[in-house]
Amino acid sequence: MAWRDDWRRVRAIARKDLTTELRAKAGFNSVAALGVTILVLLGLALGPDAQALRNAAVGAVWVATLFAGVLAFNRSFQVELESGALEPLLQYPGPRWTIFAGKLLGNLIFVTLMVAILVTAGVVLFGVRLTAGWPSLLGVLALGIVGLVVLGTFYASMASRSRAREVLLPLLLFPMLVPVLLAATTASKALLGGDLMHDAGAWIRLLIAYDLVFLIATFIAFEHVIEA
Amino acid sequence: MKPEGRLTPASGHSPDSLPARPPRTSAWLAFAAFGAVIAAQTFAILTSPADRDMGHLQKIMYVHVPAAWMTFLAFFVVLVFSVRYLWRRRENDDLIAAAAAEVGAMFNGLTLMLGMIWGRPAWGVWWVWDARLTSTLVLFLIFVGYLALRGFVDDAQQKARWSAAVGAIGAINVPIVYMSVTWWRTLHQPPSSPATLDPVYTMGLRVNAIAFLLVMIYFIRKRYEIARLERAVEHMAQAAALGGP
Repeated sequence: MAWRDDWRRVRAIARKDLTTELRAKAGFNSVAALGVTILVLLGLALGPDAQALRNAAVGAVWVATLFAGVLAFNRSFQVELESGALEPLLQYPGPRWTIFAGKLLGNLIFVTLMVAILVTAGVVLFGVRLTAGWPSLLGVLALGIVGLVVLGTFYASMASRSRAREVLLPLLLFPMLVPVLLAATTASKALLGGDLMHDAGAWIRLLIAYDLVFLIATFIAFEHVIEA
Repeated sequence: MKPEGRLTPASGHSPDSLPARPPRTSAWLAFAAFGAVIAAQTFAILTSPADRDMGHLQKIMYVHVPAAWMTFLAFFVVLVFSVRYLWRRRENDDLIAAAAAEVGAMFNGLTLMLGMIWGRPAWGVWWVWDARLTSTLVLFLIFVGYLALRGFVDDAQQKARWSAAVGAIGAINVPIVYMSVTWWRTLHQPPSSPATLDPVYTMGLRVNAIAFLLVMIYFIRKRYEIARLERAVEHMAQAAALGGP
């Protein structure tokens, strides 16, 4: 069963990355703390008017997620590069895309946990009133995270091996994420406002299409990118 | 560890992946391109009457609109040659894509600047978050990212593979960005009026588009030629360092 072996490889890589994270903890804690700090700064810069903060909440959470996420993606390759483990990893038998899928899965879990913290902090700090539409809100969040992690992991596989990785990754990634940012923030705002105009559905479809297109494109392109 | 054998230059591409001689861009192409721009601009300015609302401000259209078209065309060239590089792995495809990206970024910046210069008197502001303006700006940022990647990677082969992937994936995103930004605007306010153009202006626009196309072809060719010469110098320096012929 080839696909079952591939799936085991994917899980093994994700587990390896998450175990490293779990043992060190410092990585996740500092990335999440940075995200919360960005939220606090945005609250200070945009506040203290309660209504203004409530309007800015969704955007603030997403901006904090993007900036903190960039650090997470670079980390996922950096740990391997520092210990010279990427080359041996590439020499293992089995298709290369499983490495990408494993990293993707690891980052997905990492970023989801981080976003859970940031959303909680955002709801509290910006005084968001949750409406009956909150399950769809979680759906929007999940689709946005997938888009972010797919492209983030893909670009980090290059940027982390370049000379100026700290600058290069956000420079490459953020313009690409414009549709995700627009769709996720607009849909979330519509849902928080009760979705009176029925806008959210179109944005959610856009997010699904975006995720699928780039999932396929990055899986194809990764083979070319990872070659030593 | 490679066994002893034929030496490969540092670029990693085998020497025969490039045609033997760097191309020579004819000076005639430069004369033709810039001559065409002067002629087309003169033609357009002389034949177009002052616009009812905008007056002679309308003339900026003859530079702004062709520059915008060339931006999108250049990005298309980047897409085609990036995919072709990943397909065939010939170094010249990579160098053409890079040349087109640089020229495209130049036209993109020009489009944005001219648009702002036009927008200030016409709308009273330098910038609005209109669908077309915003997506042109995002496109510019994607170009910048592509060029930054090329600047920060040393290994020629790695640079070629990575920038081809970034170029192709960036190009896929262009229609998605455009669609999302359009929705973002239209869901909030009615779209700005479509540019309905009087036939008296279209001829001027067409000849300028052709002139700009010539300029773009000249720039891309010239940039490609320079990149080839740079690569040839690298190979020679390497061969000399290795004591070869």
